[in-house]
Amino acid sequence: MSAVDATTAPQVEEDHDRAAAITGRAYLSALMRDRVAFVSAVFLGLLLIAAAGADFLAPFDPDKANLRARFVPPLGTARDGGFHLLGTDELGRDLFSRLMHGARVSMSIGLLGAICSGIAGITLGVLAGFYRGLLEDLLMRAVDGMMALPSLLIALFILFVIGPGFGNLILIFTLLHWMVFARMARSLTLTHQQSTYITAARAIGGSDARIILTHLLPNMVSPLIVLFTLEIAVLILSEASLSFLGFGVQAPQSSWGLMIARGREYISSAWWLVVMPGAAIFLTALALNLVAAWARAITDPVQRWRWLTPPRGKNQPIDDDE
Amino acid sequence: MRAMQPSETLGATPAPLLDVRDLRVTFETPHGLVKAVGGVSWTLAPGETLGIIGESGSGKSVGLEAIMGLIKTPPGHVSGEVLFEGRNVLTMPERERRQLRGEKIAMIFQDAMSALNPSLTVGTQIAEVYRLRRKCSQAEAERRAIELMDRVKIPSAKTRVGNYPHEFSGGMCQRVMIATALALGPQILIADEPTTALDVTVQRQIMTLLAELQREDGMALVLITHDLGLVAETVDRAMVMYAGRLVESAPVSSLFDAPSHPYTRGLIRSMPRIDGASGALHAIGGTPPAAGRMPKGCAFHPRCEMRVDRCRVDRPVLRPMDRDHFAACHIAKETPRD
Amino acid sequence: MPYLLRRFLQSLLLLFVLVSFVFVIGRIIGDPALIMLGTSASETALDQLRENLGLNQPIWQQYLVFLGDLMQGDFGVSFRYGFSMMPSDALRSEGTPVLPIVLERLPATFLLAGTSLVFAFSLAVVLGCLAAMHPRSWIDNLVNVISLASVSVVQFWLGLILIIVFSVQLGLLPTGGFGSWQHLVLPALTLAARPLGRISQVVRSAMLDELSKPYISAARAKGVPEWRVVFVHALKNASIPIVTITGDELSQLLTGAMLVETVFAWPGVGLLLIDSLGRRDLPMVQAGICVVAALVILVNLAVDFAYTVLNPRIQMDNRGGRA
Repeated sequence: MSAVDATTAPQVEEDHDRAAAITGRAYLSALMRDRVAFVSAVFLGLLLIAAAGADFLAPFDPDKANLRARFVPPLGTARDGGFHLLGTDELGRDLFSRLMHGARVSMSIGLLGAICSGIAGITLGVLAGFYRGLLEDLLMRAVDGMMALPSLLIALFILFVIGPGFGNLILIFTLLHWMVFARMARSLTLTHQQSTYITAARAIGGSDARIILTHLLPNMVSPLIVLFTLEIAVLILSEASLSFLGFGVQAPQSSWGLMIARGREYISSAWWLVVMPGAAIFLTALALNLVAAWARAITDPVQRWRWLTPPRGKNQPIDDDE
Repeated sequence: MRAMQPSETLGATPAPLLDVRDLRVTFETPHGLVKAVGGVSWTLAPGETLGIIGESGSGKSVGLEAIMGLIKTPPGHVSGEVLFEGRNVLTMPERERRQLRGEKIAMIFQDAMSALNPSLTVGTQIAEVYRLRRKCSQAEAERRAIELMDRVKIPSAKTRVGNYPHEFSGGMCQRVMIATALALGPQILIADEPTTALDVTVQRQIMTLLAELQREDGMALVLITHDLGLVAETVDRAMVMYAGRLVESAPVSSLFDAPSHPYTRGLIRSMPRIDGASGALHAIGGTPPAAGRMPKGCAFHPRCEMRVDRCRVDRPVLRPMDRDHFAACHIAKETPRD
Repeated sequence: MPYLLRRFLQSLLLLFVLVSFVFVIGRIIGDPALIMLGTSASETALDQLRENLGLNQPIWQQYLVFLGDLMQGDFGVSFRYGFSMMPSDALRSEGTPVLPIVLERLPATFLLAGTSLVFAFSLAVVLGCLAAMHPRSWIDNLVNVISLASVSVVQFWLGLILIIVFSVQLGLLPTGGFGSWQHLVLPALTLAARPLGRISQVVRSAMLDELSKPYISAARAKGVPEWRVVFVHALKNASIPIVTITGDELSQLLTGAMLVETVFAWPGVGLLLIDSLGRRDLPMVQAGICVVAALVILVNLAVDFAYTVLNPRIQMDNRGGRA
């Protein structure tokens, strides 16, 4: 037996760094690993392309009536030989093309509405959280109060008074949806304000605006993006409801909600006129929700390592000290 | 030399109340299987007080939770035998195991206030299982709760039986927990760090109470702690755990008079002593291995001042050092006692 | 100040704000006469109506009159209800008082909303608990899918789909109307979809939270049977977020009922509101909105009351108590 080795100091194990570098490529591969979120993201991408390029990509003219092709069911061929993937409506207009054009309206309302309400809400929320005091009090009271009221009802009433239409819809959405953003922005601001890097920034004499813009906001981006995505879905659904009731988008523009309203008349004979636009809304909202859920999981620092480091075989023992 | 089980002692011993044989607990994680407890064996005699000493992560709590059947079995895996009244607790159907809990084996936890349901009164919680098992009326259950609260010396039990946990202080909550544990008169009480979260004076009171109750009921007590001072005062026999394994086991006086394992010696040396020389406190360098990063050979060897080459390669097993005193170390006997 | 009293006063304030808001939008931003008669009405007709409604008084005076009338339950009269849309009708000074009509339609809406909520809530609690008890099992996945789907679907579309499947194709249930329990099934199912999804999600996550807490292991260590651990211990503490979301959903139900009533021609307040909007019956619309919003505020207050019952700590914190 060798001599007792008393000269070496006891070893201390070095814990090698587990966190992988978080790069854009890492996010992309994490997305691909979650098949559901990946499919949703692809779907949304295709939808955007369809909406933007509807003029070139749609197989038929969405507004041109063709009385020889009325009420063709999905996957059917009209009497004049045209193939209609999703069928035609009462005027013979191809449903698929109409959906593509409708996508443009529905999605732009959702997107614009979310952007406007987001900007308003985030600004107010950050200011409230940053400056505290009376501003914060008033704002939070307003948020609580407004969130307690039924927004669809109020939206209808305002639209009833000022008249429907694309622009007014955006206005209404901004007025009625800023609260969620404000609430989250404020709570994020409060959390981050305590951080040392903010104190440091102040100590070197940064102005308020600079601190907010260059330090606070970048750290708040992830949860706000998740919320933003969810709100787009909410607004698309709201617009559909309002248009269905006649207070949203008006003819000659056509949104998916409006298409459902018009198709309702023929529900017993041409069910696809109701089902298809609604399915489009459903799939879009679903895809948005799924992508938002994925984004939330991946930006949560606790869950993060799960997605960004590849797992080993689950039943392999790590130590063999038998 | 063949490894000996601690139960194989010289002389006649009464049949053990609890006989743990080669208990192993592993957990599935996304990074592989992690061993929390590796092959631990010990026994508990009726009325005995056993102390289990270890740092966090040594597997001291996990082992006892496995015995109680509280480990969720995926992702955990428990193997080995735990014999109570001649039957293996680990392979019992859950229904029967649940019957044992509360009635034969009871457990109290470290943070008493969070171990109590905040929205139920203490009276309800103390007598809950009593009521379920004895199928008595609510009035009878409440009477039993007051009786128990008196026994653990909670003042004004009659009025306080309808109070909620957050209306009690930490020490009082621990008494409530003890009352709950005693409700059905168990034979074994497992106390997992019962006084760690309490002030020193309250600690004393709780430990005195436990000793008293033990004497009155003839209950065995398993005390899990990292506080050596507590162990020295209260237990009959002590076991030291490190990295999921038993490294030393001895009657308490023998453990403190003649600690064999370098880890135990390090622990004892680290205790501040009022009669000792003043100066820097001794500490054991390094940290315990993280689960999943077990060193080869003896788990303690990276931190051991007395390691030899063999320690890096061969894992030591428990060997007798003295009468009823075992340690898992290759060189223990050779080291002169301090 | 006791918690409940404070909340009650806040609710009153909110109600006041709402009512004022209705006034502002209706009278200041919009021109009631124009709204009610439409753009094709003649100038004289408009002036006459303005005179009848007292719209030429100074605005603060109008406000006081408005509030005063409201206190007495007078929301004005409707000239449209039951009448044709002739502008000349508006000039007649009689008409049917609006508030009673609105109140008369409430029971139908309550029936619909109530049935939906009871169904959705019960099913959601069961599903959510089961999902929390067996994470990552098929039932957990099912609950997740249902929640996700229910917030993505447009309620009125779901109703139309149910009509297509069950009424048109299968002929099992009527397409709309009121009268028997068969008329209630489809609308109630449609309305229940969203709360089912949201509540089950919250139940699941609240229960997952609670089930990981120390007092749950302590209860199991005591020997408490698993069903009791879940449904008595954990559920009671998880109830706060569950009650919150249920209250939320109930408010949403009242407004969602509008769409569902429209689709199924269910004669409740929602349908009345939509019809009135179409008929440009401003008094009726104002009354309808105030009543529904007041109900929503009331529901929120009831939820707060439920909190204090469920979580004794809130009561305690207000009285201050410690051993």
